[in-house]
Amino acid sequence: MRKESFLWLTLASSFVVLLFVTVPLLRMLTAPSLASLWETIRDPEVYRSIWLSLYTGISAAAICFVFGTPLAYLLARSEFRGKKLVEAIVDLPIVIPHPVVGIALLGLVGKNFWLGRIMHELGLQIVGSPAGIIMVMTFVGLPFYLQAAKEGFASVSPRLESVSRSLGASMFSTFIHVTFPLAWRSILSGIIMCCARAISEFGAVVIIAYHPMIAPVLMFERFQSFGLSYSQPVAVWLIVVCLLLFLSLRLIGSSSRKRESRGRA
Amino acid sequence: MSLRIENLAVDLGEFKLQDINLTLEDGDFFALMGPTGAGKSVLLEALVGLVPQSAGEIYIDERKISHLPPEERGIGIVYQDYALFPHLSVLDNIRYGLKFQSREKSGLKSNAERMKVVDDLIPLLGLGHLLDRYPTTLSGGEQQRVALARALVVKPDILLLDEPLSALDPNFRQELRTHLKNLHAASGATFLMVTHDFSEALSLAQHAAIMAQGKLEQTGTIEDIFRRPTTAVVADFVGMKNLFKVEFSATKACCEAVEFKVGRRPESGSGYIAIRPEDLILSKIPLISSLQNSFKGRVAAIRSHGFFYEIDLIVKTLTFTAVITNHAFFDLEPAVDSNFFLSFKATAVHLI
Repeated sequence: MRKESFLWLTLASSFVVLLFVTVPLLRMLTAPSLASLWETIRDPEVYRSIWLSLYTGISAAAICFVFGTPLAYLLARSEFRGKKLVEAIVDLPIVIPHPVVGIALLGLVGKNFWLGRIMHELGLQIVGSPAGIIMVMTFVGLPFYLQAAKEGFASVSPRLESVSRSLGASMFSTFIHVTFPLAWRSILSGIIMCCARAISEFGAVVIIAYHPMIAPVLMFERFQSFGLSYSQPVAVWLIVVCLLLFLSLRLIGSSSRKRESRGRA
Repeated sequence: MSLRIENLAVDLGEFKLQDINLTLEDGDFFALMGPTGAGKSVLLEALVGLVPQSAGEIYIDERKISHLPPEERGIGIVYQDYALFPHLSVLDNIRYGLKFQSREKSGLKSNAERMKVVDDLIPLLGLGHLLDRYPTTLSGGEQQRVALARALVVKPDILLLDEPLSALDPNFRQELRTHLKNLHAASGATFLMVTHDFSEALSLAQHAAIMAQGKLEQTGTIEDIFRRPTTAVVADFVGMKNLFKVEFSATKACCEAVEFKVGRRPESGSGYIAIRPEDLILSKIPLISSLQNSFKGRVAAIRSHGFFYEIDLIVKTLTFTAVITNHAFFDLEPAVDSNFFLSFKATAVHLI
């Protein structure tokens, strides 16, 4: 039977797209020798920057989780005037060019604005500090967390909450015992997405804090000063560590669901 | 406990409930009926406290509950889709409400007493072998029973059932009817059931109300509603297929060229009359009897319904629908366009 030429077209373009994504990554992963990888990870500057990337990214995701969860629930459950506007506002960080984010935040916490001056007087160092990095990362990661958590909450039937209320549970108890456990998978996805987005940020972070250096900034600096082969090993390590982090988060998340899936089998 | 609803109104913008007045006696099994979109489910949600009411009061015995949040009302609800918690086992679903019950209110003093309620309900509903299962693995009937157990464990004063049998396989309905009846007797709670199935209401409920377009049309015993509908909407809903707009004069009612004799003297000049299809008697020759209404008509259509036939007869300009048994059908051998006589008592004519 003759296959239609359109089918060949779809297969060919799929192949091209997959190659376009995988080839550069594979090339980068295989470029550094094992010796240079070993040497790189023993470099204090490298592991300090990867560690900084990790903990600022995780902190940003944690902040998004704490402050974003109630908002995500509100957006999933209630209709109100101006809801579209609120949704557009929380999505803004996705569409704003990254350096613009950095400049906007610097304008707020820098010394030429009263807020920045007050914080400086109080000894709160934002510019050029991990706190500043976390602030930038929270800003850019928030929409990713909110979107996933909102979808998770929206997928929980309001009737389950209604039944829970009629059985004597308050709104808060209902949220803890019914809504949150059922939305947990999406929430975890949101945390991982937010964390990944935070760790990958460069343009905004570099404006608020060149030092201390997060891994992407270190890569950029090594590329500029020493060339490609010196930044590749750092990139490999960052990717490996991030994959391990997200994999373990997934495992933690799914192990707590095991009872349920066994029951569903 | 008794439930009293006074002048309840709910305004949801496009949909409104108005002037809902209803009293359920202690231990009643009450059926709330009406066409789709009548507002039955909205009324249930308003009773639970899930939709805000714009006016009126709700009392359980003498306790005013209309200002209370759902968790403090003492009203349980079983939804049509059961709404079981998918992340909890059957046993945890059933026990769910217990951890939120304050000891004084529920009258269940000790944990032992609470567990006894669970232990009593499980065999009553035949759930013993399902306790470790998860809701998604259960059949519709099993889910329904779990939902009932979960609602009854907290000993609600009033239990609301939203079309409890409609989502089930017809073969299991009878079984669940029996379960519902037993539960009602055993729990002593007052049940309010939404249904659009009259046979369901007849077999389970003592009292009923018909709702249409956000208003209660008629409230009373099932028998009253079935036999003596007071509004056209109710008559249409309960299956009074022979509904005619008439002009009254003395004990007669005229619709176009047909003149009916009616049992009691009507109050106003015009209105509706309704006659149940099973109250019409068909015969080949005019009957010499005490039946006061007798008309000659022509058979327009015959429909078989398995155990009975529905026959449409045209009398002058009006179409009547009569129901006869298979046995009568074979005796009479009606055919389309054949002539028959149609007779019925004056008291079978309901004035609406």
